[in-house]
Amino acid sequence: MPHVVTDNCNSCRYTDCVTTCPVACFHLSDERAYIDPEVCIDCSACIPACPVHAIVESIDLEPEQQHWIEINAREAKRYPVVSGKLPPLNGADARRSELGY
Amino acid sequence: MLDFTRAELGTAGNPLKVAVVGSGPSGFYAAEALLQSRLTVEVDIIERLPVPYGLVRFGVAPDHAKLKSVTAVFQGIARDSRVRYFGNVTLGIDISIHQLTEMYHGVVVSTGASGDQRLNIEGEELEGVHAARDFVGWYNGHPDCASYHFDLSQEIVTVVGQGNVAIDVCRILSKSVDELRGTDIAEHALDALAGSRVREIHLVGRRGPVQAKFTSKELRELGTLEGWQPVIDPKDLELNAASLEELNNPNLANAKKNFEILKGFAEKPLDGRRPLYLDFLQTPVSLSGDHRLRAVTLERQRLEGDALNQVARATGERVVRPSGLLFRSVGYRGKEMPGVPFDDKRGVIRNKDGRVVDASGQRFPRLYTSGWIKRGPTGIIGTNRACSVDTVARLIEDLPMLEAARPGRNALTEYLGQRQQRVVSFADWLSIEQVELDRGRERKKVAEKLVSVSEMLAATDVAERAAA
Repeated sequence: MPHVVTDNCNSCRYTDCVTTCPVACFHLSDERAYIDPEVCIDCSACIPACPVHAIVESIDLEPEQQHWIEINAREAKRYPVVSGKLPPLNGADARRSELGY
Repeated sequence: MLDFTRAELGTAGNPLKVAVVGSGPSGFYAAEALLQSRLTVEVDIIERLPVPYGLVRFGVAPDHAKLKSVTAVFQGIARDSRVRYFGNVTLGIDISIHQLTEMYHGVVVSTGASGDQRLNIEGEELEGVHAARDFVGWYNGHPDCASYHFDLSQEIVTVVGQGNVAIDVCRILSKSVDELRGTDIAEHALDALAGSRVREIHLVGRRGPVQAKFTSKELRELGTLEGWQPVIDPKDLELNAASLEELNNPNLANAKKNFEILKGFAEKPLDGRRPLYLDFLQTPVSLSGDHRLRAVTLERQRLEGDALNQVARATGERVVRPSGLLFRSVGYRGKEMPGVPFDDKRGVIRNKDGRVVDASGQRFPRLYTSGWIKRGPTGIIGTNRACSVDTVARLIEDLPMLEAARPGRNALTEYLGQRQQRVVSFADWLSIEQVELDRGRERKKVAEKLVSVSEMLAATDVAERAAA
């Protein structure tokens, strides 16, 4: 089951996930990250790496999160692969504490 | 004398020459990190076996094919024109660490954790008591393990450990041969498993369901076995206050998920499938039998301490359970190599952020380490990518200290040639792989691995003759 990046990544984009990805399946927009489901090998290494718990294996998605499967598949095609860590977005730490992590 | 004519290290005309020892994930990701730096580099990957990929080939279970597909990434790295693969070359036997640091600007040791942690209890030397990693190596066709024998005529098996390796062992023991037949599991393992009489498995660990290290993904898979049912004593799911606190810690999402899965297992009535008991808060204290294992004495544990710092303490309550086969899976452990500072307590190369240091903190010039031999056997394939990226960043920071000229690949090739070492190139590996794929096709399997070094070398000879 593919892994997907959900809401919490918005305005954070910590990118700790991309260094742990063994197959370079993360694509980054200016706002957030997406996983290419055709490249992801479902290893789950990225899940504990995300400081804001944005990454979920699709089998664990809540019903109201299901749309992220399609969004990741679609948006990953639009943005370039990033496989090295970047600085988080401005305000990421504030959003992180807002999210309770 | 200063050489003012030489270009800066890491630029065209003066490439940074690095040897990476080990071709598992951490080795390949160290190579990748060097390739992705903006430097001009020359990277040589040195591997003890003829075949690459370390624990992806010999550790990842054969029924986890998708995970194994990461080898496509490694192949891409190996095929980069700046990389050369030297298979069948053993550090410490065919070449010393000292020689490598004379030949290369930097050396990254990424040899993984090739030993295992013992239980250190009475009876551990009995026949029928094994390291899980030997069993894993056996079913994955590791040349060191191909001739091992596991007595699968035993009916009750104990697996000690609370991590993914322990689960892998349980799953391979409990899947039917038909479920495994199409994978790249070694033929000798498939034959032995076909005659298995195992009908009861106990997965035993000293800690509770909230502390177990399984990833949810692996745990969940135990609920999907055709012929086996995971069984849990509901009492084990009654948590103390500290465990409840851990369960509600937002940073321990895996524990919460595991607990939900375990609750689901516990709620299912027994349905006649064979039982795979998940026994928490128990630890083996002695093993008994005549010359071979007959029984395991287990002692009930109780968790004490604050949340996140709980330790399992013996309660004195003991039970003796018959068991004819036991696999210990309480951790892998790095092995010391000659000339390299080693922390025997942790089973890792002494290092500070990947820079190798001795016991007094003195740098070992040019020597770096990454992966499990650097930080211990935790984390999965991708965790090692982040680890190797960090180590290579330290190496690149040190560039001014690494400037002295080094002959690199030419010197290694020449030296191994003089020794008449049979070096396996990456092209040779691809011909070994082709043989394995062809043999697999005949047997309707993904691949049939060659399980001895001599067979592997013979496969490259055949390919060379065909090309000549």
